[in-house]
Amino acid sequence: MKEKTVNELKLGEIGVVSKIIGEKTIKRRLLDLGLIEGTNIKLVLISPSGDPRAFEFRGSLIAIRKEDAENIKVK
Amino acid sequence: MSEMEKLSTKQKRIKRKSAYTIALAGNPNVGKSTIFNNLTGMNQHTGNWTGKTVANATGSFEYRGEQYKVVDIPGTYSIMSHSEEEEIARNYICFGNPDVTIVVVDATSLERNLNLVLQITEITDNIIVCVNLLDEARKKKIEVNLEELSNILKVPVVGVTARRKKTLNNLLKVIRSVCEGREEIKPVYQIQYNEKIEKAIEQVKEIISRQYKIEEKLARWISIKVLDGEKRILEEIEKQLHIELMDHIEISKAKEKALDILEKEGIHQEEFKEKIVSTIVKDAEKIGKEVCQFKNKDYANRDRKIDKILTSKKYGIPIMILFLLLIFWITIIGANYPSQFLFSIFGNIQEKLIEFATYVHCPEWLSNMLILGVYQTLTWVISVMLPPMAIFFPLFTILEDLGYLPRIAFNMDGFFKKACCSGKQMITMCMGFGCNSCGVTGCRIIDSPRERLIAILTNNLVPCNGRFPFLITIATIFIAGTIGGIGASIVSTIAVMFVIVLGIIMTLVISKILSKTILKGMPSSFVLELPPYRKPQFLKVLVRSIFDRTIFILGRAIAVAAPAGLVIWLFANIGIQEESLLTIIANFLEPLANLMGLDGYILTAFILGVPANEIVLPIILMCYMQGTSLVNMEDTFAIGEILRQNGWTMLTAINVMLFTVFHFPCATTLLTIKKETGSWKWTAIGFLIPTVCGIVLCMLTTLVYHVFVV
Repeated sequence: MKEKTVNELKLGEIGVVSKIIGEKTIKRRLLDLGLIEGTNIKLVLISPSGDPRAFEFRGSLIAIRKEDAENIKVK
Repeated sequence: MSEMEKLSTKQKRIKRKSAYTIALAGNPNVGKSTIFNNLTGMNQHTGNWTGKTVANATGSFEYRGEQYKVVDIPGTYSIMSHSEEEEIARNYICFGNPDVTIVVVDATSLERNLNLVLQITEITDNIIVCVNLLDEARKKKIEVNLEELSNILKVPVVGVTARRKKTLNNLLKVIRSVCEGREEIKPVYQIQYNEKIEKAIEQVKEIISRQYKIEEKLARWISIKVLDGEKRILEEIEKQLHIELMDHIEISKAKEKALDILEKEGIHQEEFKEKIVSTIVKDAEKIGKEVCQFKNKDYANRDRKIDKILTSKKYGIPIMILFLLLIFWITIIGANYPSQFLFSIFGNIQEKLIEFATYVHCPEWLSNMLILGVYQTLTWVISVMLPPMAIFFPLFTILEDLGYLPRIAFNMDGFFKKACCSGKQMITMCMGFGCNSCGVTGCRIIDSPRERLIAILTNNLVPCNGRFPFLITIATIFIAGTIGGIGASIVSTIAVMFVIVLGIIMTLVISKILSKTILKGMPSSFVLELPPYRKPQFLKVLVRSIFDRTIFILGRAIAVAAPAGLVIWLFANIGIQEESLLTIIANFLEPLANLMGLDGYILTAFILGVPANEIVLPIILMCYMQGTSLVNMEDTFAIGEILRQNGWTMLTAINVMLFTVFHFPCATTLLTIKKETGSWKWTAIGFLIPTVCGIVLCMLTTLVYHVFVV
């Protein structure tokens, strides 16, 4: 499957994290939330203005902004 | 407690020199604070504010004759990064030497919570895992095998439902046996990294252990940090343990050597941390799978359905506004009666005081000054401030307990991002509607210091409870008064809504300006958990909001109101050549006031009203009626008559409403800004921003009015 970012997921679609890229601080923050290779991540909510979006992974619902989510690559 | 009992506990404490220290760690939103509150009861040194414990809150309790000190450390997902909370948490667990660290975990998302547990097992053996929210897990048909978890981690595991105090008994028992050394502390679960990394860790550890006398476990942890090269953490370790790491020749050599080998094996230093983190996460995942059974895969369905509505494009924001309006409406309507009741009680006491003063032949000026000045202003502030706060804060805390507040932040973040701020600022603004001082304190929930400061400085741009009734009164008299009937209340509501919306827009505008000028910066990353909805604990909500917020704020307000009452009285009663100081000041301010479409008395009232916005209108009325003490008038119509007789027009009304929203914060809020920012400079800026906004806006409307209308 082609690699894309979680921003390209459709509502309800599940992706599998393939890579976390980006600047050190945000990368670590995402890693700390448990977003590592192989994690299932599902787009669940889109806020009224379209950004941020809330993703479900590892049993919790986390809102992430577009530019941060851009660093999460999924398959 | 009787005096005798008090004495005996005191003696006991003296007998036992020190208490056991317990650290409470855990992810945010796992009910850590509930456990803290239930363990320590009222024996707390700092109150817990919305959502987050930023500094370590400490409390104490006694169990079976032993004294325990509990330290509630900030809730974090991890202790590896360098956010403020994580640093505080990490430092306490590493260097605070607690007798035991209790890690509170959420039974409904054990897997993610175990991540923190595993990170802590790398630092200390003295751990108790406390699995909370078992009732919720049961409801979601999630079964947690506590025994198995204890076997795997090799630490005591206790299951509780923190909101039910009784279930904490088991925890207390385990705490006691661990602290007293009855529980055999076995070497706990140890994370195994891949072979190459383990080898590298071992190499560095060997040197560190040779150089310093450090416990085996801590040495291993420090070795990992040395290899990772995270400067902040290393500096902290050096400082706390009085050792040298980064500049130590042999350790540096060992580190370089180990990294070289790793590099050859294909692991760059950059990836090192990633490997460490993912190993821990994977371990947590594995353990989670072993001990949790999900009997109903769709356990979150109900929450998702609610979320779909509360955050939908169409209804999300309207529902939020409705919720807030409902709270304000209940607060304003509900506060009327207790306010009147307090007024009449304090009024009766006032009469008795005057009688008493006459009876003891107290000089009239003195009794007037103390009773009509200090006493009246003081009780006035209590009467008008206490009831709305005692209603607003419990209602707001219910929204908080429900888990709705993060949804507000989620809904609004898009707008705040454009102003280079965080959606969490909206939550602090909502609190500001209740009380700006609370709003300012609430800004602690914003992680980035820059964004927190902006939120603090702009909080006063939304009107608090103390300003609402004044806004409504003016709108009713001048804007709706010209219409009459049912239409009147609608029009006045719209007028009030308009100034509020203007306040919100100005908040965004000023935030943006601040972000581009003195507080330059990009919006920081925004990661916000939307926790599951929970049933609020009504009784606890009531107690917590009354004690933590209402009483606290009232205390600060009283401290300012008493001297202010004296000043107001002096201003109204002392004068030069038949003119009271009040009039002299008003005359002095008149030219500026006229430019703003106001009069000197109005500006003077705002200045003298600095202890509490609620007394601005009474001071205005006192001035107009040539009185020497605050004037309480219930009848809106009569107030309107007096204002009109003193030259108020539609323009005056509009400008007064604008200035009510945009002017310097009350004294309580200013003191809170000083406390939260620790700087008089920022306090001054917090004073100036809304004031300048107000002056400019009022001048603008006056100019427009004179150009186009008259």
